[in-house]
Amino acid sequence: MSDAFALYWRYVAISIRAQLAYRATFAMKTIGHLLVTAIEFFGIWALFARFGTLGGWTLREVALIYGTTDIAFALADATGRGFDKFGTILKAGDFDRMLLRPRSPILQLLGFELQLMRIGRLSQGVVVLVWASVAIAWTPATLALLVFSIAGTSCLFFGLVVLQATSAFWTIETLEVWNAFTYGGNYAAQYPMAIYRRWFRGFFTVIVPLALTSYYPARAILGRDPLGPIHVLGPAAGVAFLALSFGAFRLGIRRHASTGT
Amino acid sequence: MTGYLAIVAARFRALLQYRAAALGGLFTQVFFGLVRIMILRAFYAASTTAPISLANVTGYVWLGQATLLLIPWREDADVAEQIRSGTVVYELTRPLDLWGLWFARAVAWRTAPVFLRMVPMFVIAMLVVPAGWGLAPPPSVAAFVLWSISFGCAVLLSAALTSLMSVALMWTITGDGLPMLVATCATMFGGLVIPLPLFPGWAQPVLYALPFAGMLDLPSRVFTGDISVAHAPWVIAHQLGWTLALALLGRWLTSRGVRRLVVQGG
Repeated sequence: MSDAFALYWRYVAISIRAQLAYRATFAMKTIGHLLVTAIEFFGIWALFARFGTLGGWTLREVALIYGTTDIAFALADATGRGFDKFGTILKAGDFDRMLLRPRSPILQLLGFELQLMRIGRLSQGVVVLVWASVAIAWTPATLALLVFSIAGTSCLFFGLVVLQATSAFWTIETLEVWNAFTYGGNYAAQYPMAIYRRWFRGFFTVIVPLALTSYYPARAILGRDPLGPIHVLGPAAGVAFLALSFGAFRLGIRRHASTGT
Repeated sequence: MTGYLAIVAARFRALLQYRAAALGGLFTQVFFGLVRIMILRAFYAASTTAPISLANVTGYVWLGQATLLLIPWREDADVAEQIRSGTVVYELTRPLDLWGLWFARAVAWRTAPVFLRMVPMFVIAMLVVPAGWGLAPPPSVAAFVLWSISFGCAVLLSAALTSLMSVALMWTITGDGLPMLVATCATMFGGLVIPLPLFPGWAQPVLYALPFAGMLDLPSRVFTGDISVAHAPWVIAHQLGWTLALALLGRWLTSRGVRRLVVQGG
């Protein structure tokens, strides 16, 4: 196990060195990424400037949800590159090479690339979250819940990317449909779930439990709800989701029959 | 002229091959459209003084989703590769104007995927989505005709921006920078993040002076009747004016770029 960690860190170190080889390109990409994500929040700000309130929620409250979701998404996006590009890896026959090596293919995919440019979204999420935090009376319990919420949401997003990769065992190409759940899920979860329709909330509570990992904890942190089991245990749903996703991926490997190049 | 038309036709056929990708993209676009409308409805619930009506803003979102691919996300990858590898000299031997060639490619690249997505998106937004959530037909035949013209102008405007990105590569070679900047501006100032009429009042004159409003925002508002038929000719003048300006700039830069082009090898 510790051996696997050592190997993972080697993968990460190589990936970072490779990306820093072209410093100017890296800087430009990161800044570009920061700009693209910053305009998202600017859009939310502009809507609040126009309308004042969103169903009783203030901009600062929404900022807490936005920041949590964005940090979680950036973390999953940065580390899940191997699964995100799995369709290409599978089609080129590169996955067969991974299977030949005496290491878990999941570990190799995890170490595929650590996308440093996601620092752009991450730092933007941190700034928004800090701005939102100023107005909150933190306790050790709510602070711990925030960390757990970010971790759980990140696991959930990671699980979605793993499922997207798993689908490639059947369809070879990873389909753009998954963007609705990854990017679309991220987009939807930046706002309080309360503003959505019932069926939509239901989907993001039961099937892709983003409401459990980020929305309910945020309600407790903001003092809208007294701390209850659904708030404290909610983020665990993200961890469970990730575990199930890896299970599905293993089933996919068993079914895998190469593209035969 | 036939030379340019042949390029448009050939690129069009090549791009229409990706039907499965278009279907997946359609689902994603419908999903995003619904989320955006739910968010806007929640904001509108608190207000009666918005500068654009809820029905019009709903139509605006659907039209934006339908013609989303008009936004110049990035430069033409094939042209970028030609400039990088130097094979762009083969293009110079053709009896066609280099900028015109790139512009013709861009027109096809912008239209084919948009048409593939627009037709089913209109069907979904007008017929499938429940009443009050969908896209209402234009208020008059005149509005529809003017929208069609304005949409055509939006394609030309978008293609002019795309070919300008290609031209810029003659200087920057591996430039991700400029295309990324243009894409960011086009998303924000084109009405894709939030509808332009909902921006603060002080920003409006600037937003509508920029070329980006001419791609999604202005045509959509002609369609829904948010911009009246009487005012629509101004929209078309705005689009054509910017297209012409960008085209002249692009051609001028191309001729300068070709003059300083150094080709290696024999």
